Amino acid sequence: MARRSWMPLLGIMVVMLASCAMTVTAQEAAEPGVLRIATTTSLYDTGLLDELELMYEETSDVDVQITAQGTGQSLDTARRGDVDLVLVHSPSLEQEFIDEGYGINERCFAYNNYIIVGPESDPAGIANMTPDEAFQAIYNAGTNETEGVAFASRGDDSGTHTREQEIWEAAGYNYTTDIRDSGAWYLESGSGMGETLTLANQREAYTLSDIGTYLALQDQLNLVQLVTGGDELLNRYSAISVNPEMAEGVNIDEANNFTDWLTSDETKDYIGNFGAEEFGQPLFTPLYPPECTEPPFNCTCAEPVTA
Amino acid sequence: MVNGNPIIEGFVEAIELIITLDPQVVEITIRSLYVSLTATFFAALIALPIGALIYFYEFRGKHAVVSTLQTLYALPTVIVGLVIFLLLSNVGPFGFLRFLYTPGGMVVAQTVLIIPLLMGLTVSALSGIDRDKRYTITALGASRLQTVMTIIAEARFAVMAGVLLGFGRAIAEVGTVMIVGGNIRGATRVLTTAIALNTSMANYSLSIALGIILLGVALGVNIALSLVQQR
Repeated sequence: MARRSWMPLLGIMVVMLASCAMTVTAQEAAEPGVLRIATTTSLYDTGLLDELELMYEETSDVDVQITAQGTGQSLDTARRGDVDLVLVHSPSLEQEFIDEGYGINERCFAYNNYIIVGPESDPAGIANMTPDEAFQAIYNAGTNETEGVAFASRGDDSGTHTREQEIWEAAGYNYTTDIRDSGAWYLESGSGMGETLTLANQREAYTLSDIGTYLALQDQLNLVQLVTGGDELLNRYSAISVNPEMAEGVNIDEANNFTDWLTSDETKDYIGNFGAEEFGQPLFTPLYPPECTEPPFNCTCAEPVTA
Repeated sequence: MVNGNPIIEGFVEAIELIITLDPQVVEITIRSLYVSLTATFFAALIALPIGALIYFYEFRGKHAVVSTLQTLYALPTVIVGLVIFLLLSNVGPFGFLRFLYTPGGMVVAQTVLIIPLLMGLTVSALSGIDRDKRYTITALGASRLQTVMTIIAEARFAVMAGVLLGFGRAIAEVGTVMIVGGNIRGATRVLTTAIALNTSMANYSLSIALGIILLGVALGVNIALSLVQQR
């Protein structure tokens, strides 16, 4: 290439970089009218948030911007102050986030349950077992290299992945030393719930999924629900605002307004009916007091945060 | 996790990971090289002869074929990923091969991705041989086969440059390997998909280490390219 020809190109690049830098500085100050939310892929993939976003934007002038990540990633994004609110579903990770001082005004708003799904042939024979027993059966069959037994894991530090690790631990295994790298039967997809269900479907593997994403994709899957009961499979969703004292540029007012709207009876009614028509059953059960304050939920679900 | 400067800390840890030959980093790098080198090999095997045929034979619509190839240089990786995914999935026509989510499937996808590039660049490389030189070769009484062989020999460095560019495109792309490979740890995770995942999981140091390696590979390709072109 001739020496001169890249000079204008270089000029354009410098200008682009400079404008990028300016945009970044501009975004550091809290923008009124924009609410940035990081949410879990399992909540996003059901389509609920798209609907809630439309409803909320009708009632107010706020521009809601949603980014779908795993719960672990969402909380990290929040720690950096890149969002104002998180909608997540991992009580243990949430507690850490709150204890560190990053999370404030947490409100639970709904729950559903996780399910263990797998191929109809059920080669490890886990149907109707408890979650612990089912995981033990899959582990034994998988490490014995039983034909056709595999488990697809999210492997991405998401809320679902965290819950999966908790069930392995409860079933008597050390996740890091016993499960990871224990053989070809354990597949870590490193991606969202939808992709992991697709992987499990193609490989005829077992996986742990939230019921919502599973039902939303059921048409395209040959996987069936094998284990559905047990407190370990309870899946609670919460909204947590980012503490403006810990991260710059957080729009705490809009985050609080949204939380109040989300936990209002009207919105909860809508959440409780969401998906009923399309999937034959609602995807979420809204939480109301006093149920939410008692085990196994132990959370606050109704008091407005802006009182 | 958030304390301190993640970029500087990430860099320091990244250098450590590379120097100590962290097994995870080594494994991912080797897999990346394996998949893309194999794909480049197969793509060259298919594209170079066909590219040569397109150049040496006159046929109707030749111009259109060459233009199409040049358009496909910019073939979007996710579209190749989508098409190969559908072909290889259990419901697809090649599902019985069980190639989806395997390195083999990734090789297929990257091969398809870079074939147009290699074909087109082969045609250009051969066209780049001076017309006068062609006449001279013929005037010196060479047979048709001898002419073809001489022109190919003359163009070998330009063809080689095209192959290197193809390899560069294959190893740097993320779209097809994410969709067709599935980013499975220890099985189909390569440099680009590992960087995407670890960045989103806030493991910046691992991402940076893998990024440095990927840049290193690209730099190596570039150096090889300029050496070839100086000939």
